[in-house]
Amino acid sequence: MRLGFVVREMGAGLRRNFTMTVAVVLVTMVSLFFFGLGLLVQQQVSILKGDWYDRVQVSVFLCGPVSTEEDCPTGAVTSAQRDALRAQLESSPLVDRVFYESQQDAYDNFLEQFDDAITENVTPDQLPESFRVRLTDPSRYQEVREQFSGQPGVEDVPDDRAVLGPLFAAMDGATRVALGLAALMLVCSVLLVSTTIRLTAFSRRREVSIMRLVGASRALIQLPFVLEGVIASLVGAVLASGALYALVEFGVGRLRERPDFTTRLVETSDVLFPTAPVMLGVGVVFAVVASLLSLRRWLRV
Amino acid sequence: MITFEHVSKVYGEGNRPALAEVTLQVDRGDFVFLVGPSGSGKSTFLRLVLKEEKASSGTVQVAGRDVGRLRSWKVPALRRQIGVVFQDFRLLADKSVFENVAFALQVLGKPRHVIAQSVPETLALVGLGGKERRRPHELSGGEQQRVAIARAFVNRPALLLADEPTGNLDPETSVGIMKLLDRINRTGTTIVMATHDDDIVDQMRKRVVELRDGRVVRDEDRGVYGSSR
Ligand SMILES: Nc1ncnc2c1ncn2[C@@H]1O[C@H](COP(=O)(O)OP(=O)(O)O)[C@@H](O)[C@H]1O
Ligand SMILES: [Mg+2]
Repeated sequence: MRLGFVVREMGAGLRRNFTMTVAVVLVTMVSLFFFGLGLLVQQQVSILKGDWYDRVQVSVFLCGPVSTEEDCPTGAVTSAQRDALRAQLESSPLVDRVFYESQQDAYDNFLEQFDDAITENVTPDQLPESFRVRLTDPSRYQEVREQFSGQPGVEDVPDDRAVLGPLFAAMDGATRVALGLAALMLVCSVLLVSTTIRLTAFSRRREVSIMRLVGASRALIQLPFVLEGVIASLVGAVLASGALYALVEFGVGRLRERPDFTTRLVETSDVLFPTAPVMLGVGVVFAVVASLLSLRRWLRV
Repeated sequence: MITFEHVSKVYGEGNRPALAEVTLQVDRGDFVFLVGPSGSGKSTFLRLVLKEEKASSGTVQVAGRDVGRLRSWKVPALRRQIGVVFQDFRLLADKSVFENVAFALQVLGKPRHVIAQSVPETLALVGLGGKERRRPHELSGGEQQRVAIARAFVNRPALLLADEPTGNLDPETSVGIMKLLDRINRTGTTIVMATHDDDIVDQMRKRVVELRDGRVVRDEDRGVYGSSR
């Protein structure tokens, strides 16, 4: 009986303030869309980091005939230096496995990766030999790098992250922009919810005053107002999730179809979980907080 | 039923008190007229009983409870024991007579079968049997006030407060309303009615409490409206 009463009152409120309800739905939708977008970009960042850590191997390039005096003061690597480096790598607790890539191996890989226009002037002895090292803990990459660069016979231990760093930075920036827009729009939606509640409270002041007089509990008086805001936000959150799903399905889906795109990307299943539930949750929490705050102001019980 | 001890009420800083040092007791089953010119504090008295306002000083007790110290979440429970009727009826225009009365029970979560039984019963008691489906605007002023009384009484409160219930009605209709209130009083319900309708007070010969500038200047059993007029 009382549940039916609350639902009826809430429905009446939603109908009476139809335009405001639509405004709340749309603003909530836009704000939660940007919020979800930020979450997805972060998910993409962690996918990339995970992939990179899976693939990460430290390359220890050894001095060769074409190395500069500056990098290799002792000249090309000697076999004693090479053996010492291998022994040192294999005994390190940070190292999982060590592969040796000779100049000929490097040349073969080079031929595979690039087309003839580039490769025709390159000979095996121009390419460095190297140790390719897989780590037990990829995040301790830097320690290994520091330990081996500068050792006799080592020309360079390049930092692969120098390539990925700007990409991660760009994606973090995109996340910040998306979350900033989301915050701005969330403020708008809180203000709108508050205005809507004020309007509803005004248009229903007679019902409310009678409910107070006959001794309705505060919860019963306020619940229809809170539910109105929550329902509008939920609808907005569902629409925002739908828009995000469409974006991933069609936008990211198209990227994935391109043959040269081998990176793993966020998928629609990532939208369904966890992004959409988080968006719904945030929408509901904001609506409840906004309505309770404005009820204190506009609906004295 | 109601006990006021040295109750004062000041609305806002620097105003003169709307009620000043009022000490008064209303027993269970009493019928009390609260009379006095407009602005003398009658409505304020009723609002303090309902805890619509808080006394500035003194203690207000209703049904044995100290209203001033009542926690806010317990106020609804207090108001369920009190029915209220106003000069302007305060009916919901988009609800039928039946729905207006049923509203008071729905809000309290009363089951459907209880509502289906007590609403027609109460409407018959106030003399509106057969008019359940009318809208308020299809009724006369007296009938609308009867709907308001039915809504106040449907929950069988121990106390009924009426703030100038005949203020908008012609004398004949007012007499009908007074007979109804008298009948309700005979069921054991305590009634406090604020009014400045001297004819009615003189006819009923009930207890009269006269307020003037917020002070009780007269408290008489079987009194008339005023010696001073
Ligand atoms: N909400 C309020 N705010 C400020 N002053 C008020 C308020 N309600 C009543 N008053 C003042 O308190 C005094 C008593 O008012 P009221 O209790 O309504 O008298 P009555 O019902 O006898 O006409 C009046 O002077 C009135 O102006
Ligand atoms: Mg008054």
